[in-house]
Amino acid sequence: MYRYDAHDQKLVDERVAQFRDQTRRYLAGQLGEEEFRPLRLMNGLYIQRQAPMLRVSVPYGLLSSSQLRTLAHVARTYDRGYGHFTTRQNIQFNWPALESVPDILEDLARVEMHAIQTSGNCIRNVTSDHLAGVAPDEVEDPRPYCELVRQWATLHPEFSYLPRKFKIAVTGSRRDRAATQVHDIGLRLLRNKQGELGVEVLVGGGLGRTPVIGEVIHDFLPVRHLLSYLEAILRVYNLLGRRDNKYKARIKILVRAMGADQFKARVEREWEHLRDRPELTLEQADVDYMKQFFGTPDYSVPEDATALQQALDGDSAFQRWYRHNTVEHKQPGYRAVFISLKAPTVAPGDITDDQMDAVADLAEAYSFGEARVTHTQNLLLADVREDRLPELWRKLAELGLATPNIGKLTDMICCPGLEFCNLANAGSIDVAAAINQRFDDLDYVYDLGDLRINMSGCMNACGHHHVAHIGILGVDKKGKEFYQITLGGSSADDAALGDRLGPAVPKEQVPDTLEALVKTFASLREGEETFLETYRRVGMEPFKESSYDTAH
Amino acid sequence: MTRLIKRREPVRDDPWQLVDEEQTLPQGDVVVPVARYLEERDALHARGGRVGVRVDGTVLAEDLADHLDDLALIAIEFPAFTDGRGYSLARQLRLRYAYSGELRAVGNVLRDQISYLERVGFDSMLLDEQSDLEDALKGFTEFSGYYQNVALEHSPLHLRRRTAAG
Ligand code: SF4
Repeated sequence: MYRYDAHDQKLVDERVAQFRDQTRRYLAGQLGEEEFRPLRLMNGLYIQRQAPMLRVSVPYGLLSSSQLRTLAHVARTYDRGYGHFTTRQNIQFNWPALESVPDILEDLARVEMHAIQTSGNCIRNVTSDHLAGVAPDEVEDPRPYCELVRQWATLHPEFSYLPRKFKIAVTGSRRDRAATQVHDIGLRLLRNKQGELGVEVLVGGGLGRTPVIGEVIHDFLPVRHLLSYLEAILRVYNLLGRRDNKYKARIKILVRAMGADQFKARVEREWEHLRDRPELTLEQADVDYMKQFFGTPDYSVPEDATALQQALDGDSAFQRWYRHNTVEHKQPGYRAVFISLKAPTVAPGDITDDQMDAVADLAEAYSFGEARVTHTQNLLLADVREDRLPELWRKLAELGLATPNIGKLTDMICCPGLEFCNLANAGSIDVAAAINQRFDDLDYVYDLGDLRINMSGCMNACGHHHVAHIGILGVDKKGKEFYQITLGGSSADDAALGDRLGPAVPKEQVPDTLEALVKTFASLREGEETFLETYRRVGMEPFKESSYDTAH
Repeated sequence: MTRLIKRREPVRDDPWQLVDEEQTLPQGDVVVPVARYLEERDALHARGGRVGVRVDGTVLAEDLADHLDDLALIAIEFPAFTDGRGYSLARQLRLRYAYSGELRAVGNVLRDQISYLERVGFDSMLLDEQSDLEDALKGFTEFSGYYQNVALEHSPLHLRRRTAAG
């Protein structure tokens, strides 16, 4: 992974000192609430219902063992012993004291971590494919480009006071696992017929109140121009994006108002003056410099060629886990292993300090000292040799981290909801728990195949409900918690926004409604169809009928 | 106590006089709203003193392009410190139009943004009333380097790395 040089380290150290001084001035009354607000947000600090919330950046989801141990230390020392991984591959702490945040940032800086630009109206953490570098379908490893973009965006003098937050996702695979179509900018690395590397550039995607699928404004941008093109897009947005209404301030609204063609023309006009500036041009040497941080680890050949097969034959629980929680690797003899943070009794994405320490040890022992955060709020050990899987599985199971449900109904994405978020209309964690209780028969869950359920506690859509096969959105009806259900969304290559099932249902009926939906699916399914495929084939009607029948 | 900083120094004897839409034009160097400038351009220049304009975030760089050689100062207004349009305008004026006169940030200009302002090419900042100038000066030196190409340091980090490696 990327390692800081003296420049990077100095910058985060100076950032900590700067924020320490800003916090001091705020607490001393020299810096007003209003003036302090954007400063603390750009250091990841929200003031929430219960306590401040600190969001720490995990650039494109990569964590070293020592970073994980530091996160465990932060959870233990400054918080209540746990952290919460988010859909943008970051981690949040829900209970730090405002006064202690500079100390937390100082501890993080020691292991090359920070909370810079994890909130606020600026360029946020760059997210990527959690299988970067190991996916068999990869065209190009996106991580060097992610890091180049991260550095370009960090403390950017021109783009730190944008109309609204700005999110960039990068993928280098044919299959999009980074949801590039629902980001402010989505970047997809690809090769042309001559074998040259380029970038397909999408703009104006996003969820929130007005969900939009992004539009392609450049289908093959040579990589050397990546930064100048980003700069041109951001400049057009910064100058023309709406600032009078925060619900209309995202770039998707501007792109829609101008039309994608007009927007593109404007960007290209700006870009003309930027494209040949040497400071915005990526030469091969710049890319090579970054690439050296993301080289191939020292793979070896399994010592015991039969160990895996024996375990698969001999232990059905292991077999289940292997099937659902590990995926193919480009290196023969290796698998990528998901660590499920979706145990039935735990809030989705939550992890305790001890579990973080333990995962750090496991990463060291089994996966070259590195773990990753997925945008589905799980962790991943990307490089595990096959013969070591049975042993790793036993250890994960002991830690409660081997729930074999990746990609299945109970692997829900879920925002913090009413318990932790100021803006929530309704709870989400408790609904997830109720769904888990209802669907406690694992074999039934497996029979249903891949099924993505996402839940948000309000229309800000942090839980990405629009792009779920079944989306659940908390709404407030006369002070009561109700849930709007949508079907047929997706954030993969076939990206789509879900359609509304009908009137919102009260909290206690959510599990019933889900059960009716999956029963309808099971009765209409042809062969091994997934829920999404069946829905796309048969449409909304049958689902509508059955779910409102049972509700009455 | 002055609230004006230019090239990191407090300015006590600023020659520029701010004139609004109506006011009669004084002698010396004046800064007028851009609309007035467009209307009274010749009269303004005929007076002898230097001329500057004051613009808000709705003005685009191309609107000013034809006049840049005649303008000794452009004051860019920040209606709120969170309104970042002025940063892009300044950068366009400097990089695309090679404007070499004085760029001054006015309006809701605060200590914690002055370093960003300097980095996009502002020479001077007129601090908001509530700001303390001595304290604000510290804002310039909080960081010893940045990733991007900035007005002061013409090489972004990746370029410096490239040179160091080659
Ligand atoms: S979706 Fe709403 S309730 Fe959930 S975390 Fe986001 S803002 Fe809070």
